[in-house]
Amino acid sequence: MKKRILSIVLALCTICGVLSLAGCGGSSGRVTLNVYNWGEYIDLSVIPEFEKETGVKVNYTTYASNEEMYAKVSSGAASYDVVVPSDYMIGKLIEEGLLAELDFANIPNYKYIGEEYKGLAYDPENKYSVPYTWGTTVVMYNKTMVDPADVADKSVDLLWNEKYKDQILTFDNPRDAFALALSKLGYSFNSENPDEWKQAAELLRQQKPLLQAYVMDQVFDKMEAGEAAIAAYYAGDALIIQEENPDVEYYIPKEGANMFVDAMCVMKNTQHKAVAEAFINFMMKTDVAVKTAEVIGYATPHTGAKAQLDPTITGNPVVYPDTQTLQNTEVFLNLTPEIGQLQSDLWTDIKKD
Amino acid sequence: MNRNSLTKRLVTAPYTFWMLIFVVVPIALVVYYALTDANGRFTMENIMAIVDYKKTFGVSVELALISTAICLLLAYPLAYTISRMKAHRQSTMVMLVMLPMWMNFLIRTYAWMTILENNGLINRFVRMLGGEGFRMINTNGAVVLGMVYNFLPYMILPIYTVLTKIEQSTIEAAQDLGANRAQVFRRILFPMSVPGIISGITMVFVPAVSTFVISKLLGGGKTFLIGDIIENYFLGNTGTVNYNIGASLSLVLMILILLSMAVMNHFDKDETSGGML
Amino acid sequence: MKVLSRIYNFLVFGFLYAPILVMIVYSFNATKSRTQFGGFSFRWYTELFQDQVILKSLYISLAVAALSAIIATLIGTLASVGIHAMRGAKRRAYLAVNNIPVTNPDIVTAISMMILFVFFVTRMNGMEMGFGTLLISHITFNIPYVVLSVLPKLRGLNENIFEAAQDLGCPPAKSFLKVVVPQISQGIVTGFIMAFTLSLDDFVISYFNSGSTAQTLPVTIYSMTKRPYSPKINALSTLLFVAVMILLVIVNLRRSGENKKEANH
Repeated sequence: MKKRILSIVLALCTICGVLSLAGCGGSSGRVTLNVYNWGEYIDLSVIPEFEKETGVKVNYTTYASNEEMYAKVSSGAASYDVVVPSDYMIGKLIEEGLLAELDFANIPNYKYIGEEYKGLAYDPENKYSVPYTWGTTVVMYNKTMVDPADVADKSVDLLWNEKYKDQILTFDNPRDAFALALSKLGYSFNSENPDEWKQAAELLRQQKPLLQAYVMDQVFDKMEAGEAAIAAYYAGDALIIQEENPDVEYYIPKEGANMFVDAMCVMKNTQHKAVAEAFINFMMKTDVAVKTAEVIGYATPHTGAKAQLDPTITGNPVVYPDTQTLQNTEVFLNLTPEIGQLQSDLWTDIKKD
Repeated sequence: MNRNSLTKRLVTAPYTFWMLIFVVVPIALVVYYALTDANGRFTMENIMAIVDYKKTFGVSVELALISTAICLLLAYPLAYTISRMKAHRQSTMVMLVMLPMWMNFLIRTYAWMTILENNGLINRFVRMLGGEGFRMINTNGAVVLGMVYNFLPYMILPIYTVLTKIEQSTIEAAQDLGANRAQVFRRILFPMSVPGIISGITMVFVPAVSTFVISKLLGGGKTFLIGDIIENYFLGNTGTVNYNIGASLSLVLMILILLSMAVMNHFDKDETSGGML
Repeated sequence: MKVLSRIYNFLVFGFLYAPILVMIVYSFNATKSRTQFGGFSFRWYTELFQDQVILKSLYISLAVAALSAIIATLIGTLASVGIHAMRGAKRRAYLAVNNIPVTNPDIVTAISMMILFVFFVTRMNGMEMGFGTLLISHITFNIPYVVLSVLPKLRGLNENIFEAAQDLGCPPAKSFLKVVVPQISQGIVTGFIMAFTLSLDDFVISYFNSGSTAQTLPVTIYSMTKRPYSPKINALSTLLFVAVMILLVIVNLRRSGENKKEANH
């Protein structure tokens, strides 16, 4: 018996040992590009396409929030080549010197990016980022579960409506969750007044007992299956959820919403900068950008792709809001270190009590 | 003889080296971070900050204690009946207890989500029978259920092991001498199974009090346990990474567990010797 | 009473197995629904075997488990021999340190090593967290379990034989292999298997120490739970469950077979 177990174990080890050697031999000759993106934020079929085209191996991993991404890249203990942060996080990464200046000669497809997405506050000179998607936050509701009278005014107050206790979902990240409360109070999302943040925290504290859960991408399952009645999330995702569950409706709240741009950046400590730029350029090819937009549902800043998309999508006023609606939205800026710390402390307090 | 002691020193060398660098030094670093600020200066602030988290510690300990108690109540009768079975049936039953343990606990916890949801299997079944359906997922109750489910085998196995050592004849002798069921349990079974109960309690309590996954999957991010806070401070999900406070929370958690284990071991000695008399 | 205890056992086992059963059933679901069964299909198994991320992490899990178990068994077995010969305070100190990773909650072990790695990795250029740090962390939590399973076996060891072999001219290393190892092989094998399974099953320590390039299977499963539901996760669990069950049944059958053989002799 003992001998048998030992021989099985040894056989197992040998197999694994051989496998691991084979693994090393295989990967050492090829460049591996570490791409770190949001979950559900790409058409996965384009990755093998890129690998085939270039012979580069892509190690594709995902995160659920900007904050999670930031903790990983800033510890310096893990290496990533391409990341896709949102506006304010790009500002923070630039400020901390973590992003590489791009060589746009390697990204000729940058020409497709619409002018209105260039030169935004987080990267005013267009040196570090290539816009990937943009959109606004929305409030979603299931029309079979919510009284039409409660959504008639298209207000963010729906997320605080006690009638729907235990049926409301909100963001599981501080920046977006606070933005909802700040908009309810009529304050700027980039407020530098600690009192305003504290008032917002008080609102979030009142909201907590009404919530079913704090979610990020779990919102898909919950809204599609009718597990929850109301949720705050991103416009592109609402579109995808509605395809699965036609009972789901959504609106940009009248109090205003966050307008975000997620853009591709290259980390400063990359060892394959040119390959990373080739990847960004590949993602900006018109056919790839069309696939991306179709699969993830977010608005594309790519003029060539937008022209090829289904007009019912590009004509959707929530996904592609008109300028008048956009005037009522606000872009997140990088917060001052003091406000950033305050936000984080307040958020931890809300979550733990 | 010298030759021998030299070889003996040599054989422990890799171990000593490894444990020093990867166990002792990391624990020392935890203490170091707990007692310094971001600039590396000595401070007691992080330790003082623990007061802000007393509620979280309270909830974590409370849920872990409830789960441990439920595990004990569920496990004892089962362990006892298994220990009184015929030998070959015993090994089958033990295998049945161990089998779910071999599945990754994430998968086992995830499976409960499907069952507990508002439109999950239990509620669909209840509604089929004409009932109202009720809310289970994202409550503290669901978190306790997840803990009980995951850690129950860790309670059954040690209790079963000590119970098999009690001869059936001991129980029968007591019964012949006129002891009723309650007396047999109180005077014989319980005192003799204390070591198993103690190790069962530690094996359930320690992972339960420090979990961050069960609370996330079954608590919907609303039940925040001490493990969640530690995770946040090291992986920065709330926007700031703060090793100092994270380390001080870990240090307190570690001391809390060491203390409770010391107390438990103290009980262990008292009770067994008391039982033997 | 008999009937009552049967019903009780049945209920507890029902509790233990209900979720597993649910998973197995839904792994064959033809639709994506989590609760409605839309017909039988192998669709999710096919998709599972096309998922490069899952396959790669399975491979990393196996590689880490095998390598860490081998290294931990080597270090731990040698150390047990040394610790066995120790007396007094030194022995108590060694055993106390050995117990640290066993008694500490996983999360504390995990973050303590993460601090160490971040501390050193960020100070050494060109190094990053990945397979190396993952392997080190697994070896670290495996070693104590090997020591705990080998040490008791040494208690019954006749040390005179070891010395006799050396007196007869056998070099220490050889006499260790020929004389000591066979006597404690059961403890070594138990330690190895324990190390292997603990490593395969670990989530918390890998989660904090794996970096960007080396995700183990549990870490991948965890990231799957945060994304929209895919029945692939059920298919994967079913396969793992079946694999474990077959393994346990084989081990048990062999054991009972050997018991019979011994009884016949």
